[in-house]
Amino acid sequence: MQNKLSIVLAGEAGQGIQSVENLLVLIFKKDGYNIFATKEYMSRIRGGVNSTTIIISDKPIIAWHEDIDLFLPFSYEAINRFKDKINYSTRIIVDKKYINYENSIDIPFNKTAEEIGSTIFSNTIIAGFLASLFNVNIEILKKTIFDVFAKKGKEIVDKNIIAAVRGYDLAKNYFEIFKINIQKDKKVAEQFLLNGADAISLGAVAGGCNACFAYPMTPSTSVFTNMALYSKKYDIAIEQVEDEIGVINMALGCWYAGGRALVTTSGGGFALMTEGLSLSGMTETPVVIHLAQRPGPATGLPTRTEQGDLNLALYAGHGVFPRIIYAPGNLQQAFYLSALAFNMADKYQIPVFIMSDQYFIDTYYNTEELPLNSVKSENYFVKTDINYKRYKITEDGISLRGIPGYGDGLIAVDSDEHDEDGRITEDLNGISLQMKNKRLKKFIKIKEATLEPVLYGQREYKILLIGWGSTHNIILSALENIKNNDLAFLFFSQVYPLHEKTKDYLRNAVKVIVIENNATGQFADLITKETGFETKYRILKYNGLQFTVEELVKKITEMI
Amino acid sequence: MENMFERQCEIAWCPGCGNFGLRKIVLSALKELNLDQRNTVFVSGIGQAAKAPQYMNVHYFNGLHGRALPAATGIKIANPDLTVIVESGDGDMYGEGGNHFLHTIRRNPDITVIVHNNMVYGLTKGQASPTSQKNMVTPIQVEGVFETPLNPLSLAIALDASFVARGSVGEPELTKELIKNAILHKGFALVDVFQACVSFNKINTHKWFKENTYKIDETYNPEDKIKAFELALKEYPFPLGLFYINKNKVVFEENLPLYKKSKEPLYKRKNDNIKDLLILKK
Repeated sequence: MQNKLSIVLAGEAGQGIQSVENLLVLIFKKDGYNIFATKEYMSRIRGGVNSTTIIISDKPIIAWHEDIDLFLPFSYEAINRFKDKINYSTRIIVDKKYINYENSIDIPFNKTAEEIGSTIFSNTIIAGFLASLFNVNIEILKKTIFDVFAKKGKEIVDKNIIAAVRGYDLAKNYFEIFKINIQKDKKVAEQFLLNGADAISLGAVAGGCNACFAYPMTPSTSVFTNMALYSKKYDIAIEQVEDEIGVINMALGCWYAGGRALVTTSGGGFALMTEGLSLSGMTETPVVIHLAQRPGPATGLPTRTEQGDLNLALYAGHGVFPRIIYAPGNLQQAFYLSALAFNMADKYQIPVFIMSDQYFIDTYYNTEELPLNSVKSENYFVKTDINYKRYKITEDGISLRGIPGYGDGLIAVDSDEHDEDGRITEDLNGISLQMKNKRLKKFIKIKEATLEPVLYGQREYKILLIGWGSTHNIILSALENIKNNDLAFLFFSQVYPLHEKTKDYLRNAVKVIVIENNATGQFADLITKETGFETKYRILKYNGLQFTVEELVKKITEMI
Repeated sequence: MENMFERQCEIAWCPGCGNFGLRKIVLSALKELNLDQRNTVFVSGIGQAAKAPQYMNVHYFNGLHGRALPAATGIKIANPDLTVIVESGDGDMYGEGGNHFLHTIRRNPDITVIVHNNMVYGLTKGQASPTSQKNMVTPIQVEGVFETPLNPLSLAIALDASFVARGSVGEPELTKELIKNAILHKGFALVDVFQACVSFNKINTHKWFKENTYKIDETYNPEDKIKAFELALKEYPFPLGLFYINKNKVVFEENLPLYKKSKEPLYKRKNDNIKDLLILKK
């Protein structure tokens, strides 16, 4: 049995929930606890109710659970929002100076903070307090506080260490009430702690990304921020462009001239890029697009999560041209696929998508390995000679890609239909048609390079669950909780093109249930369209939040 | 002597189009500067003017309508050694691409922007362009244009574009020298070039441009921004020549940290220090 405990902190934007989360995940992980954290927040800088869930466990924990064991509301509104989620076993921690709630445990965080000099230290005191309840080594607590605050100067570091230690000591009076006993695992301290945005960004760097352009838009901005953070060490050109139209065109210019650019965006921003996507298709200029989904239409719910833009990614752009869409389900996949996206874009001279969403981007957990050794940056451009033709007709539809300034050839690319030299043409039944066929041939090549879906659970299944992207860990955790010998889970980390074997997996099932975090089942529709198999059983959620494990266990059990 | 930049091919412009004159001027400028063909990239959007690179022996990126500037900037980011020249029309640059025009000036990449300004839309057959003069009647602006024409020079000077000039196909020598200097200039250089559209603009003809322009006096000092702004506002007749130059601006590519360490273009670089990448997240 897994022994875990979940802490939920909830309060107004600006009250410091985020800083407590940032501190605690580091402290717990470094002390050897398996850790998981995710957040949900309102689209505002101050006020409202934001919350973060931190789950501490003796075994790896990778998915969102809805139980709340310790609840720390920072405002009355926070209590109201979570009333339905707390139960008789939830311990509620408040500071009665500000908040009073029945059956809650009063801890004088603010009074302690005032003794140090300012209520501003309350958050660090809370972090120290919680660390102490879990018997975290005090040196790890101090070291983490030091690392996190180091940039802010000695005085702030010292005061925060004092605050953390005061919180740590304060907790000793309450050990008997909480009686927390979760096994640590020394190995965890040496593992990685990262969120989806980290995994995607690190993967991009490993894949040889050397430029990143974007216009800030939640939830895609975290990847942009990370790339900017890595830019000095790894020589990455960063530019915040005036709009998303400029972003994609800058990226295409960069690839054309030998760079490897990443663009990171979300729904509305990507909608603006669609003409540029079509330009990538026509000029056969590679590009890698990270599309972090959030609910639409239009501005939608800006800070919430949904897998609602699959159809957008599938059909964006006018005209017909090949594309690849990856949808990583865990940190390893995100790292691997993000790197792979650069190689595939370069190899097939096409746009490649990495699809994530707010939940995936903002969710942290510790993980043993990242497949650094299985990724490398592969360049496919060639040195050209005087006879070079950018769009030379070839057997498989792929022409060698030259770049200006490398060799003697001229690299001419055109958004119009063009001939082998990249010159405009209207020779409808001649070279124009050959160019269309050349691009269509690439569909066959990229289909051959499609990643197989992964099967979990029973090999001899009757009921097959299907998922893609960010629901991977949640469906997997649900599967482990449902004891049923007929059940398996087929996960797609590449959603387009679909792998040939998809049909075989479907054929072997008596019942197929597609699970998606959107309103209509966009992936289910795609499966039906591509394979001809009916996918009428669908578990869908689209209120702006991700599934929890408990919720999925219930829904799957009801449906099978 | 033969000009290696000149491509012998069929050209899809109307006979008598001002584009022919500008093509000749650009080709002479490239030749006289003795540019290396292998390192010269033209970037254009969509429109009759945007076809210009198709008729030259150069590298080119003939992209989307209005989007030449971000693509050109991307090319400079990937390889600052390339000479990047944008050639497009007034609709492409000042209409569809207006936002990029503003922000590329702010960014100041080392590119040259040649704008064929014929004050009308040619490819779409005669509608008003952002620079169409007031009262011009078109199939769409049936009562005549009532919007204030965009003044690209005063706009560029207001944004402190580092090189701002106006030429005219009717003044080939002057225009060629402006284009050459623009290419040699380090930073964003705008050369707006007056030219006639013989098919759709019956007002601003070759003759009209001759009669409504004059050369800026040789004693004029283009380093004075206020004076330059004042000069840019002058109309009927319109001044021709170099309006403004700011030699003290750092170019965009040089501001990027990766080019402070090394001048090598991106394609030559190998990132071999990724082994320690993951330490970031322990």
